Amino acid sequence: MDKKLEKIIQALQETFSVEIEEFRDETHVFIQAEQIVDALLLLRDKYDFELLSALTATDYWPQQSPRFHVIYQLSSLARNVTVQLRVPLNGDQPKIPTATRVYEVANWRERELLDMFGIESEGHPDPRRILMPEDHVGHPLRRDYPLGYEEPQFTFNLEEIDLQKPYAKE
Amino acid sequence: MAQIEEVNIDHFKHLVSERALTGETMLLNMGPQHPSTHGVLRLLLELDGETVLNCIPDIGYLHTGIEKNMEAKTYLKAEVMTDRLDYMNTMGNNLAYVLAVEKLVDLDVPPRAQAIRVILTELQRIASHLVFLGAFGLDLAAMSVFLYCFREREAVLDIAELCSGQRMMTTYFRPGGLWRDVPVEFEKAVRDFLKMFPKRVDEYESLLTKNPILLDRTVGIGKLDVATALQHGVTGPVLRASGMNWDLRKARPYSGYEQYDFNVPTRTEGDTFARYIVRIEEFRESMKIVEQALNKLPMGPINSDNRKFVPPPRSEIGVSMEALIHHFKLWTEGFPAPKASVYSAVESPRGELGVYLEGDGGPKPHRVHWRTPSFDNLSAIEKMVRGHLVADLVAILASIDIVLGDIDR
Repeated sequence: MDKKLEKIIQALQETFSVEIEEFRDETHVFIQAEQIVDALLLLRDKYDFELLSALTATDYWPQQSPRFHVIYQLSSLARNVTVQLRVPLNGDQPKIPTATRVYEVANWRERELLDMFGIESEGHPDPRRILMPEDHVGHPLRRDYPLGYEEPQFTFNLEEIDLQKPYAKE
Repeated sequence: MAQIEEVNIDHFKHLVSERALTGETMLLNMGPQHPSTHGVLRLLLELDGETVLNCIPDIGYLHTGIEKNMEAKTYLKAEVMTDRLDYMNTMGNNLAYVLAVEKLVDLDVPPRAQAIRVILTELQRIASHLVFLGAFGLDLAAMSVFLYCFREREAVLDIAELCSGQRMMTTYFRPGGLWRDVPVEFEKAVRDFLKMFPKRVDEYESLLTKNPILLDRTVGIGKLDVATALQHGVTGPVLRASGMNWDLRKARPYSGYEQYDFNVPTRTEGDTFARYIVRIEEFRESMKIVEQALNKLPMGPINSDNRKFVPPPRSEIGVSMEALIHHFKLWTEGFPAPKASVYSAVESPRGELGVYLEGDGGPKPHRVHWRTPSFDNLSAIEKMVRGHLVADLVAILASIDIVLGDIDR
């Protein structure tokens, strides 16, 4: 582990109940959803992690507990270190507290989580879908969401499929 | 089947001021089909006269599901899709992806391949900034710059075609090295470009940098301070124009960038003009890198000799049973990657282009996430345009240099 990071990890271990994993010089810190906002605040204010590089999730379906890992990739520009926080979530009604008060970029990234994984952010100021249309059904990046399989339109079934397709008519 | 819901003001009322609900201010829709939105971006503007009070970007019109699609392809085949993300920076996307794969499977790349990767991504950075410059000029009614920029960009695309056979969708870098070595004409083509281009940059500058119309339209417009920029995850030239000296090529060197001597241009004003001038200076820095890399371009292999990940050369397949087996396994099944995840980031022309890549032990990625710089850069636009005129919004949008393929993925 990076020497600069050791102290920071130690501080995290003292304050929160965390588990550490390492792979290829990257440090992953597993933390519970209730503690994530406090951990982000601590890292931002005390250890100069100014940049939330990425906020995304990964789905381990059919495993249900935990089914999702929400991933916070943080960078410190002043210290030139990175750390990854991971929040395991169960499959039924996955929810995280919003990080928009800590990093404003979380606003759009959490909307993407809602859109793509159906992971809700509690207290989010603008909980709408971001990439998919407003009336889209399902969450495309979940592992149980099929890839493709849209019935192709041919001359003989054009109207039949047209009736079912959710797009604006006229 | 889903019911089609009509979108009305109720969906946005938490984002606009109360005066919009009474009709005192005007809501104006800009895009998605609009020449100044650089693709299919829709902006909902709340205007008081011609002053922008609120700007609500609506993205997703170019969403192609690349992250989902990559989960269904082997590591080698998924790379083809990376070109389609940020279509102004195809080599840069290839580089970000192959670096992530190499980190995941722990694969070394020979120095010659690294140097060629650097030359080509820097040329691509020049090409990408040329498109920025052309579109920026066009949005500020300087038509001729656009034509000149595209003339020079063609020279870069010709070099890309020389190496990979494709002008834009190159897929030239492969995990472990390159698709094949550069042709003999490569060095002359790059040297010709390096000879021709500095004069052209001076030409652009003489057309724009002291142009009173451009200065009037850009100086002091769309200011962004460092704290706000970082809050919004803004990186790249936009962040550097605000005064933060942050470049991943310097901070966390990859692909041998630590060998080259170059500066990171920064400005402190954080306005539209600063963002323009930072990119102009990046032209010169990129040329410096290309020249150094070309001068000490080492000879040697361009691919790792780890046959479990890199297909054997054609000449070996006829004489070696193992080579044939490796070739067959790689192109049918693909290579397995460990059940673990890596995050690897490169400096694209727009900022930090990060790839989160997770393997599941098999030949296909479990999850690929693209941390695309335009997405975060665009999220700061509301802070930049508030209080400015609609015409300034066009200039600010051009100065962020968004690529919709990069935003919507």
